[in-house]
Amino acid sequence: MDAKRREVLKTGGGLTLLSLVAAAGWLRPGDALAEWNKAAFEAKTLDETMKALGGSAPAQSKDVAFVNTPDIAENGAVVPIGITSAIPKTESIAILIEKNPNMLAAVFDIPPGTDPAISTRVKMGQSSNVYALVKADGKYYAAVKEIKVTLGGCGG
Amino acid sequence: MPDPMKIRANVVGDSTEVKVLMSHEMETGQRKDAQGKTIPAWHIQNVTATWNGKTVLSAEWGPAVSKNPFLSFKFKGGAKGDKVQITWIDNRGEKRTDEAVIA
Repeated sequence: MDAKRREVLKTGGGLTLLSLVAAAGWLRPGDALAEWNKAAFEAKTLDETMKALGGSAPAQSKDVAFVNTPDIAENGAVVPIGITSAIPKTESIAILIEKNPNMLAAVFDIPPGTDPAISTRVKMGQSSNVYALVKADGKYYAAVKEIKVTLGGCGG
Repeated sequence: MPDPMKIRANVVGDSTEVKVLMSHEMETGQRKDAQGKTIPAWHIQNVTATWNGKTVLSAEWGPAVSKNPFLSFKFKGGAKGDKVQITWIDNRGEKRTDEAVIA
C-alpha cells in the first residue's frame, strides 16, 4: 500500500513537471518575436561571442563554405556574404566579422526543411577575417575567409 | 510607416527560393553627426519568414547588416500560388510585414 502511494505521488509529480514544461513551451512563441541576444551582439571578441551564444570554441570544418563572397570588396558598406553548410542537422548559421566593433553581424535559425544556406550583405569597417559559424546538433563549426576592403575612394 | 519590402519567391525544383530586399536605414550607432554627437543605432533586430503559417527562417541581426538589407534563402516545399510572409522588427519596436505569392 505504501509503495502504491509512492507511485501515485511520483506520477502526480511527473504530471506537474510536464504541464510546467508545456506552459513554458506555450509562452515561448510570443516571446521569440522580440528576442534578441544583446550580449552576443555586443561582444567584441570571438570568445565573448561564443560565450554569449552558449557555445564553446568552434571546430574548423571543410563542410562550411562561403559562396558568392568576394576576396576583395570595393565598398565596405555592402559586402555580399553567402554561407552554406553541408553538416547534417544544421540549426543555425552566423556571420562574425573579426575587426568590426562588435563581431557578430547576424544569426540565422534554420528550421528543418530549410536549406542550410543563406546569403545577405554586411558592413565591414576594414579588411578582416570573416567567420561563418554553424551550429549543428548542438556543436559549433566554423570556416574563415579573409576579405579585403578597398577604402579611400576612386575604387582603390 | 516604413517602405514595403520587395519579395520574390520562385519554385526551384522541389524547393522555393526566396529573395528579400528590405528598406531600412540600418544605422550602426558608431557614426557621428556634424556636431560630433553619436547617431544612435537604428537597425532591424528580428526577421521571420513564414510559409503556410510555418516558420521557414528566423534571424537576429546586429547593426553590421548593410543598409537596405538583402536576404536570400531556400526551403523545401512550396507551390505556385502559396504565400510567403516576411516580418521584421527593429530596435525602436517598429514592425513591417509583407507577403509575396510564390511564382
